[in-house]
Amino acid sequence: MTFTLVQVIVGGLLLGAVYALFSSGLTLVWGMMNVVNFAHGDFVMLGMYVAFVVYTLLGGGPLIGAPLATLLLATLGVIVYFGLIRDIMKGPMLAQILGTFGLALLLRYSVFWWFGANFLSLPENLVGGTFDIFGIRIQASRLLAGVVALLVTLGLHLLLTRTTLGSRMLAVAEDATAAQLMGIRPDSMQAIAWGIAAGATGLAGALIATFFYIVPTVGETLGIVAFVTVSLGGFGSVPGALVAGLLIGVIESLSGYLIGAVYKDIVVYTLFLGFLWFRPQGLMGKT
Amino acid sequence: MRRALWLLIALALVIAYPLVFTTPFQQRLGALVLLYAIAASAWNIVGGYAGQVSVGHVVFFGCGAYAAMGAYAHFALSPLIGIPAGIVFAVLIAAVIGRPTLRLSGHYFSMATIAVAELARLIVTNTEYLGAAVGLSGPTVPRNVFDLSFISALPYYYLFLVILIITLAITWWMTNSRMGFYLRAIKDSERAARSLGAPASRIKLYAYMLSAGLTSVAGALYAMMFGFIDPESGLGILISVKILIMAALGGAGLLFGPFVGAAILVPLEEISNSLLGGKGAGLTFVVYGAIIVLIARFQPGGILALINRLWAKRRAKPMEESIAQEASHAS
Repeated sequence: MTFTLVQVIVGGLLLGAVYALFSSGLTLVWGMMNVVNFAHGDFVMLGMYVAFVVYTLLGGGPLIGAPLATLLLATLGVIVYFGLIRDIMKGPMLAQILGTFGLALLLRYSVFWWFGANFLSLPENLVGGTFDIFGIRIQASRLLAGVVALLVTLGLHLLLTRTTLGSRMLAVAEDATAAQLMGIRPDSMQAIAWGIAAGATGLAGALIATFFYIVPTVGETLGIVAFVTVSLGGFGSVPGALVAGLLIGVIESLSGYLIGAVYKDIVVYTLFLGFLWFRPQGLMGKT
Repeated sequence: MRRALWLLIALALVIAYPLVFTTPFQQRLGALVLLYAIAASAWNIVGGYAGQVSVGHVVFFGCGAYAAMGAYAHFALSPLIGIPAGIVFAVLIAAVIGRPTLRLSGHYFSMATIAVAELARLIVTNTEYLGAAVGLSGPTVPRNVFDLSFISALPYYYLFLVILIITLAITWWMTNSRMGFYLRAIKDSERAARSLGAPASRIKLYAYMLSAGLTSVAGALYAMMFGFIDPESGLGILISVKILIMAALGGAGLLFGPFVGAAILVPLEEISNSLLGGKGAGLTFVVYGAIIVLIARFQPGGILALINRLWAKRRAKPMEESIAQEASHAS
């Protein structure tokens, strides 16, 4: 019993690290530009399909799939920024919501049209097998995904807080006009932020593709997970997203194990509404 | 005066449509346009006029659909009793979730409404009484006319038309009442409206409840026409999205915007579905997505706003010319 419980929690933490990774992309863009990307979950979905295509065409695992997905999605992010976001940012609220929502539909159903609605999955033994640590069984694919996601999320935090580029981005987030007067180009900084955010989703997608079901509509669920994580961690905070992501992974696994698999989404969505309603600034946000 | 004349002509055309286009496909298409126009017009009250972009309106749509179907399936009652029950449920739910949700602004409101809708879908999918994942069916053979179950689409067409006219009349009345002025003020700047003493929270809640009740009627009518409802067709996020897109394409916050949007998108979807078959389902939403992105990027006001602007320009031009002529004469 206790061993199973520990195993469930560890599994939740590893999945939660991946949640944290793609949510930190959402929170970055959100905090910087006050734009919500409703297509964020669908970016993760694209990352998963890149990993799938890499496997079926090249027979390659995450070692090829993950960098490729990161690169492709980062490019897509920059294209989306220049083609859409830059213009709708200044528009009315309806335009902002519609713009990224339309993008979500466009991506989701292009994939649906091309690959069909079938559930796909990568072979289970693509990454190693199963470890046995003190009687706790952990799949190698989950371990790899969790550890890489954790490291990259921490790296992202360091990038933002310890480098010149990060300071410039935060300066633009604080006050774009003032940053511009200091010789920082808000446009390039925001494009970079979109590249980083989308790249993070690509990496996260390729990582969870090794053990998750792959389906065009998976972005809908993952998108809501990202919203929950960001609202729980505080809008714009990468460390907040990390803590919240891990927490949600654990809550999801535990409620799936204790109450039943169909109820785990219900628990997460209720939590989300509770936070939006009663503590909109999140766990770590300022009041 | 001129405006009233145009309205009468449009109304005559809409009444004549099913008598001119008599194939079942055409009549059904017309009925569907009106049905979605009802739903989109109802959304318009809160999404267009109040500027609160709800992506969860399918909750109210589902309320109506499930109430009408549930009344039949469990109590063998006519949907004419189910429809008011659905309205009551929808308005109550709107009151309960509206209070905390409407405090949120912008994106936060939209996200919360998505979560509410998905939560409702998950709960219904796991509720045996509401048919769980299988859904509820309506009357296979209607007992009498009050079952609102017809083979031809023609009765539905005129029923929907009447409801649409009522919906638009309520909307029109609302925009010209004190509430309409409050809503416009809130949409422009909620903070300014509040500081001038507009009861913003209460007015937004009223708009939300009104919109919810009307949306539930659309849901009930949908369920009656299709004779079947399940979590995907009654509470799926895509229904919310369709409603929202139609209103935005036509022109959110304009009385006839949602109708124009529905008249463009519903035929597009039906025709692409019938031409492309099963493969068309995905492609239709690709086109939908592309259309929304383009509207958001280039014409956030919608098609009707564009037409109005062009119209105003054409009218203004001759006047400028005449002024210029007078000026040249004077000199």
